[in-house]
Amino acid sequence: MEIENTGKDNGRFMVAVRGRMDAVTAPEFEKRILDWIDSGETHIILDLEELEYISSAGLRSILTIAKNLKGQQGSLVLCALQDAVKEIFEISGFNTIIPVCGSSEAALKET
Amino acid sequence: MPEITSLARMENLQRLTQFVAKQAQFAHLPARRVRKIELAVEEVLVNIFSYAYPDAEGPVSIACQTANDRLIIEIRDIGVPFNILEVPNPDVGAQLSERQIGGLGAFFVRKIADEVHYRREEDQNVLVLIFDHHSQDTSTFQIGA
Repeated sequence: MEIENTGKDNGRFMVAVRGRMDAVTAPEFEKRILDWIDSGETHIILDLEELEYISSAGLRSILTIAKNLKGQQGSLVLCALQDAVKEIFEISGFNTIIPVCGSSEAALKET
Repeated sequence: MPEITSLARMENLQRLTQFVAKQAQFAHLPARRVRKIELAVEEVLVNIFSYAYPDAEGPVSIACQTANDRLIIEIRDIGVPFNILEVPNPDVGAQLSERQIGGLGAFFVRKIADEVHYRREEDQNVLVLIFDHHSQDTSTFQIGA
């Protein structure tokens, strides 16, 4: 898994996540994002265009991040989900609790 | 029948799921279905890693076979009795603040596999996941073998 801060756009902290978010890699993902939140980045867009796989461990991390941001009036938007990942979001109902956009451009308008 | 055994430890997760993915590919399942099979197997394994051996280390083994256009995956451990079919479903309609993560892994397993069978065989947990080659995902599952 790769996690990259791809810049900041209109106050939104952009993070691209690539590869596989499973029970082994999800804790690392969660820690990186929480570190960024601790350093003051409370409006985050996750670009998942190159995320190929996510399991319940990855969803758990995303839920932790979403709850953390909500607790401090921040925001989390996901964008560009691959079909396989989108399906897991739909099965779990996560698409109804976390905003999901088709592209990073749309995500910028959302927040 | 292709089979892999390793210690039930998180560091072995990817090796075990890769083994299953390879078997699913050999069985000519489409890539998207292979990912979901990997997901179901990951969820079963993480449960085993977390709960099967509270006081010591122990093994987990996975055997795969194809029969009648179905991929049959059998996962065994010798840990404490645990039936994934008895884990309650999560509330997938809950709002963010109320949303709990527990039970989601077991829910995925039941949702993705065409059939799930659990049995306790002497000191072993035996979980059988069956994936039809041509099916869409269903939420149907059966209890018992």
